[in-house]
Amino acid sequence: MAPPLRIAVCVKRVAEASEAEFEVDAEGRLRARGLVYDINEWDDYALEEALRMKESLGGEVVVFTVGGPEDEEVLRKCLAKGADEAVRIDAPGLSDPLLIAELLSAAISRDRFDLILAGAQASDDGYAAVPSLMASLMALPFATLVKRVEIRGSLVVAHRELEGGVEEVVELSIPALLSIQSGINEPRYVSIMGLRRASKKPIKVLSLEELKKTRPLPAAEERLKVVGYEIPSSERRAQLLEGPADKAAEAILRILKERGILA
Amino acid sequence: MSEAILAIIERLRGEVKEYSLDASGLANKLGLRPCCVDLISPSDKVWSELTKFYEEVICIRHELLSSRSPDVMAEALIRLIAERGVRYVVAPHSSMGIEVAPYLAVKMRAPLVTDVVDLELLDGRLRAKRYLHGGKVVVKVEPPPSKCYVITLRPGVFKPALRAKPGKVVELSYDLSLRPSRKCVGYVEPKVGEVDITKSPVIVSVGRGLRDPKNLTLIEDLARMLGGVVAGSRPVIDKGWLPKDRQVGSSGKTVKPKLYLALGISGSFQHVVGMKDSELIIAVNKDPNAPIFNVAHYGVVDDLLKVATALRAQLSKAKA
Repeated sequence: MAPPLRIAVCVKRVAEASEAEFEVDAEGRLRARGLVYDINEWDDYALEEALRMKESLGGEVVVFTVGGPEDEEVLRKCLAKGADEAVRIDAPGLSDPLLIAELLSAAISRDRFDLILAGAQASDDGYAAVPSLMASLMALPFATLVKRVEIRGSLVVAHRELEGGVEEVVELSIPALLSIQSGINEPRYVSIMGLRRASKKPIKVLSLEELKKTRPLPAAEERLKVVGYEIPSSERRAQLLEGPADKAAEAILRILKERGILA
Repeated sequence: MSEAILAIIERLRGEVKEYSLDASGLANKLGLRPCCVDLISPSDKVWSELTKFYEEVICIRHELLSSRSPDVMAEALIRLIAERGVRYVVAPHSSMGIEVAPYLAVKMRAPLVTDVVDLELLDGRLRAKRYLHGGKVVVKVEPPPSKCYVITLRPGVFKPALRAKPGKVVELSYDLSLRPSRKCVGYVEPKVGEVDITKSPVIVSVGRGLRDPKNLTLIEDLARMLGGVVAGSRPVIDKGWLPKDRQVGSSGKTVKPKLYLALGISGSFQHVVGMKDSELIIAVNKDPNAPIFNVAHYGVVDDLLKVATALRAQLSKAKA
């Protein structure tokens, strides 16, 4: 019998921006209206994959996040879905991917894990860098954009999604790190009851001072400096067709006729 | 001589990926020498096409490179970068770049900026522009001063710059010692479906705004009436509402129809690279700030279901 798998999953609470409005204020700061927060979509797929591995092979799932107390909301969601433990690294408001990768690596290295899973990218900052940075920091075999994974003893067979829909099949050995592409599975929903139960579970909070004891951390400051923001919707090219829907539909059909697309 | 940009060439089964040429355009813009490095396995051919864009094409051939393992690629790159004192290392923000660039940056202790859409040099300092929140915000970032920077470029943003005269090819051989931590054991081709969306003159494409797969009936009706086919963006494929062969975008198909009707698609760059060259793009989205309106010719700010329903009604009335 193989020993049960220990799986770490890195998750991030992100602002769902599709309905949000952004503006840059007079001081150059980014202001947002209508933000709704939730677990990063890619991380939700990563968590689901970890939970399925645990359910089929036995093991434990520990979720990690870097952030402030408000970010515990996504850890609770993960606990409600079936994660066994949750750890928050107490460092709010970071966006530098290297710093985030260093903190996560330091926290995860305190324990033994067979697999580390993370979403391939976050929908807010979109660096798509943290998983590969962590693999390099921890000197672990890794694969990104994983669309299918199979554990065969100490061997991991992963399908990476490449451009044009081709999958690259790679083999690596445990311990390993995988960045998960969306669509790999169908993440489970969590009930209100489940969330309520998870609200009582403990969340471990790790301070930076605590982390420094395990692994020397570089100056915990962001090295990638943000120097300003812009709103690109001002570059809009589309000519807007007036509503309501009936009128807009008429305008569309008129354009299609003019262009000879519609007889 | 001016400083060089070293572009990492991406290959898939021997073929060079087109966006590997983009860095030549960036070098041109910054007044830097365009150089590239092609990490190839023994069976691969040196691609002379690269010399049309790069002044120096450095080929490193080694059997370990057929593993495509990022650690081995990084080992070869570190040797070359140290030998040449390269300051700017550039990779595409692609399935290769998102592995190799961060891995390399850590090993080199070099600052990393990924998915860059513009780059400036200000008295030796580097300033990059990139998008946040799916294209709704641009952020300008500055890495700390360094001897070497690692950057990934959003594919298709920088146009390759043809050279007046072809560059030269230099073959280097390194004695790589690292045992690859990963092995490429094969490829799986995308499934071929019954419809080839790249052949259709009209594409009605749906995104997350579809909300429920039941609404696909409406979209299929509309596509049929317009003489086209239904396609979708990643979220619709991820949810299994449409098969993978209907996906438009970097990990799906690239299409250039006469009409691309984008319904409820926000317009992530991965989607846009797959449809931006369509002859006519009309987008419908509830969000007036959706990036799809930056690429569409015409736009309607409304719920896709309302507009699609109105279109279907008017088309069937016209037929009757």
